[in-house]
Amino acid sequence: MSRTAQPPHRSLFFGFLQPFMFLTAMGLGIGGLLARTNPNAFGPAGYIGFLGPGLLGAMAMQTATFESSYPIMNKIMWGRNYEAILSTPLSTRNILLGELGWIGFRLMTVGTIFLAVLALFRVAQTPLALLSIPVIGLTGLGFSSWLIAFAARQRNDVGFSWVFRFVINPLFLFSGTFFPLAQMPQAVQVIAWFTPLFHGVELMRGLVLGHLDLATAPWHLAYLLVFFAVGLVLADRSLAKRLAN
Amino acid sequence: MSGATGDALVRARKLTKRFGSFTAVDAVDFDVRPGESFGFLGPNGAGKTSTMRMIACASPVTDGELSVIDMNPQTQAREIKARLGVVPQTDNLDTELTVRENLEMYARYFDIPGSVARSRADELLEFVQLDERAKDQVETLSGGMKRRLTIARALINEPDLIIFDEPTTGLDPQARHLLWDRLYRLKQRGATLIITTHYMDEAEQLCDRLVVMDKARIAAEGSPRELIDRYSTKEVLELRFGDAERAGLDGRLEGLAQRVEVLPDRTLLYTDDGEKTLDEVHQRNIAVQSALVRRASLEDVFLSLTGRSLVE
Repeated sequence: MSRTAQPPHRSLFFGFLQPFMFLTAMGLGIGGLLARTNPNAFGPAGYIGFLGPGLLGAMAMQTATFESSYPIMNKIMWGRNYEAILSTPLSTRNILLGELGWIGFRLMTVGTIFLAVLALFRVAQTPLALLSIPVIGLTGLGFSSWLIAFAARQRNDVGFSWVFRFVINPLFLFSGTFFPLAQMPQAVQVIAWFTPLFHGVELMRGLVLGHLDLATAPWHLAYLLVFFAVGLVLADRSLAKRLAN
Repeated sequence: MSGATGDALVRARKLTKRFGSFTAVDAVDFDVRPGESFGFLGPNGAGKTSTMRMIACASPVTDGELSVIDMNPQTQAREIKARLGVVPQTDNLDTELTVRENLEMYARYFDIPGSVARSRADELLEFVQLDERAKDQVETLSGGMKRRLTIARALINEPDLIIFDEPTTGLDPQARHLLWDRLYRLKQRGATLIITTHYMDEAEQLCDRLVVMDKARIAAEGSPRELIDRYSTKEVLELRFGDAERAGLDGRLEGLAQRVEVLPDRTLLYTDDGEKTLDEVHQRNIAVQSALVRRASLEDVFLSLTGRSLVE
């Protein structure tokens, strides 16, 4: 169950390949189809301009989720790496901060490559887009902290498939990633407002396309900060409870 | 905490560990002195590992007093852990790293500079006879080799106190003896060792002094020799009977020995002269399948204290 470390060049290559294929298939392919029927539906940037930042947000969530589920559980239960680390001067809090530091680094590396691909497709064209990198980190770390808290409370890995099915997948689809939420009934829009990925995507879209709405942006940011802060406290407590009992 | 802890490296008074309503360690007292190798002997579930985990600052003390190297595990865990070496019951090496990387990475957690870590890794790999495997992945090592690497890792910070939780459980006899030899050398160098085990031969070989734990409490304390002298006779006569012979026994062993212990597979007669007692058995015309005279061991101490065998 252990994560096999990839050579850096390979993981960078995949970091490039994934968004490149998605943007080609969906952005150009489906986007082209949409443009034929309704050329102005997605504004001047077209469908690929809408989709690109949406996928960027989804990538942040998925990378963070993957890194914070099985690998963390492995180090708690199967490989017992944390037990070994806790026999040194380090504490559970040190472990948590170390993990988040690594995941944050990974998020921002993958995010930077993703942004480069967006620039290649002429979606990201303003320096403001660079500001989306810390937002990728913040959005991802929010998910990471909650998942680490969850992982620390599980006795086996069954819980993860429930989280993936009933939390991560719906968020992936209904956070304004693939289509504007205005398409959906009012109720779905209201629910989306309470979920984290929506706020991350909104912020990233504004920054990447260079039309950040300054009236809503602080609220999106505040939501993400609170989401991360609460997750951090939960993860800290859960890890301590699990590992130092 | 009381101020003076004397010369004890670890000192426990009424040390207690509870998990909810379950009491894993029930008000135990013990002192581990510098330079000695101190054992916790007892069956699985006796509370050995819970005691170990409290000493290693991995588990908070529920009640009572505990001081480790004159510090309090509740408030000075970081300082204590910097001076401990811990060999856990289950190996928890980093399987994605090589043998050598496991040591050097672990040294980082203690803030040991790279050059020092490298030279210590060299010495330790030689000490545990893994120098030729330094570049191999951990996954390719045998069980005994992994155990030795775990021991080398526990020594990377030159600890004042080394804790071994069941060091040889699950190893074949050859690997066990090699490991015992390394532990014995550590002892010779003046290291203080704490060893938990449910193998009496291990405790007899390695421990200067030990406590026998049973059901969360300490049943007895002393050196292996003292304990045997106190709780057992010098020798033990082990008799095995067939089913028919056993049925016809009916109190005929009475008066032959100071104590008679009937186990499912054999009957133990505690006596100071086993041969003489065996003669008496023959004189009484008691039919025996097989008989064996041996010196008393810690197993007998445990049996006499608890009425049960150590390893079922």
